[in-house]
This record gives sequence, C-alpha cells and structure tokens, in this order.
Amino acid sequence: MSDHHDHDSGHGVSYKGYAIGFVLSVILTVIPFAVVMHPTLSHTTIIAVIFGFAAVQVLVHLHYFLHMDTSPEQRDMVTSFIFSALLIVFIIGGSIWIMNNLNHNTMIMMGN
Amino acid sequence: MTNEVLTPNAHDVAHGHHDDHHDDHAHHHDAGPMKVYGFWIYILSDLFLFASIFATFAVLHDSYAGGVTGKDIFELPYVAVETAALLLSSITYGFAMIGMYKGNKSQVLTWLVITWLFGFSFIAMEVNEFHHLITEGHGPDKSAFLSAFFTLVGTHGLHVTFGLIWMATMIFQVSSRGIDATIRTRLQCLSLFWHFLDVVWICVFTIVYLNGVL
Repeated sequence: MSDHHDHDSGHGVSYKGYAIGFVLSVILTVIPFAVVMHPTLSHTTIIAVIFGFAAVQVLVHLHYFLHMDTSPEQRDMVTSFIFSALLIVFIIGGSIWIMNNLNHNTMIMMGN
Repeated sequence: MTNEVLTPNAHDVAHGHHDDHHDDHAHHHDAGPMKVYGFWIYILSDLFLFASIFATFAVLHDSYAGGVTGKDIFELPYVAVETAALLLSSITYGFAMIGMYKGNKSQVLTWLVITWLFGFSFIAMEVNEFHHLITEGHGPDKSAFLSAFFTLVGTHGLHVTFGLIWMATMIFQVSSRGIDATIRTRLQCLSLFWHFLDVVWICVFTIVYLNGVL
C-alpha cells in the first residue's frame, strides 16, 4: 500500500498483492493439471498432489484476493469463516463416512 | 440509501472524531462495513449450500448406472481454459477495486468490463460443455453421477451468471453516478462474491474434473 488512508481505503489492497496471489494461483493450478494430464506418479501421489495444491490455493485466494489476515478489523470475518469451515468438514466428511458405511453394509448383505 | 451525500473527504473526517452525536452521519459510516460483513454472512451460508452439493457429488460420483464416467466425458484442456478465464477475472476485479480506492472512475469501469468479459467467456464455455454433453446423450437424467455433476457445476455457473448481472448493474451505476460511499460498499460486496466463486471453482475443478478423470 503506497498511500495511507483510513481503514476503509483498501485494507491490504495493492497491485503487488493481487499479482502475488495471481502468480501463486497459476502455479498451484498448472501443477495439478500437469500431474493428471501426464501421469508419471502413482495414483495415491497424484490424489495427494491435487488435493494438497487445491487446499493451498484456497488459502492463497482467501489471503490475497479476499484479504483475510490476522489484523483486528478482519477478526470477525476470519472467525466466522473458520467456524463455517469446521462445520463444512463435518457435513462433507460425515456424509462420505455414513454413505460409505451404508454402501459397504448393503453389499455384505447382498453377498450373503 | 439513495440520498447518500457524503464525499470521501467528509467520510475520512467523520471517522476521526467518532462522538455518537445523534446525526445520520455516524450511522452512515458504520453502515458500510456492517453491510459488507452482513454480506459475508450470506456468502458463508452460500458456502453451506455448496458444501451440501459437494457432499452429494462425493457420495454419488461413481454411481454411473452403466453410463459414462468422468474419464469418458471430461476434457481437461477445456477445463484448464475455463479455469484460466475465471482466475484472470479475479485479478482484473482486484484492479477495479484498486481503482475504486483511488477514486478513479475510468479505471474501475475499464477493469469491470474486462472482468465481465472473462466471466462471460467462462459461462459461455460452460453452457457449451453442458449443451455438448446433453446432445451426446449424457444429460443429467442418465445417472446419479451425471445428476450430481450437472447440479454442482450448474449451481456454480448460476452463481457466476448472477454475478455477471450484478456486475453489469454496477458498471451502469458507476458510469452514471460515479464512486460514492454506497457504490463502494456494493463493489466491496461484489468483490467478496466474485472471489468466493473462484474459491468454489478451485474445489470444482479439483474434485469433479481432476479427480474425475483419474
């Protein structure tokens, strides 16, 4: 930030910030596409790479584009987001867990 | 809030001494950030909508009903171009925001139009993909996998479409009334919405497309 205004005048907003976020996003997108389109790694490694890079890219977007950080004026936004993210992990993780169990048990019964 | 009369200068001054002396002004000053925060709460609720659809897709992603799989129908180079369009639209929206904070109307308008064009390219490509799949006989009625696919990607596309309508409205408003406090608040909310949709797209291309062709 070159000029200093009050807090409403673009907290954390700068060309440099957007450029860093953009370059990081490009890298974090190209690599997962490349490892899937030209598979040389093992299946498990590819899965780990694409999900790991996606998680990092989400954080990059949250910081450089949505301007989330640890400053006091961002606290409400960040805490509400973390709480939501926690619940979403429960929703998605729980759904997959329950439905896989259901599928698994149903298949055993069909086997008998 | 159509009778907004504050100039950016009056805005700065009023922030300095914040004695709550009854006037409308104090309310106005707090209204902007509160509206943006309120809009953020809406976005988080929207995130739960997407989470539910992602969970549905995760459960149904291999229920092909004897039909096509992700490997058969997804074209990664095409998806990469869509991803590039959306990512470019994120950084160009950022440039519009920088223009807004500088009070530079023409910079805001230029970058909003460029952002709109990238967003529109993304939607055009997605509609084309859907059209292609349906005419090939791989519509949402063929299998649970395809239902979940069309619901998830379509819901994201619908959000982007509404973002484009909103953005077109903002282009019109900025050009007709310039950048005042109300416009700034609206552009900040749209910024959150637009970047949020790019975050959702990261999850879409990873979970649906990349994981889908493995």
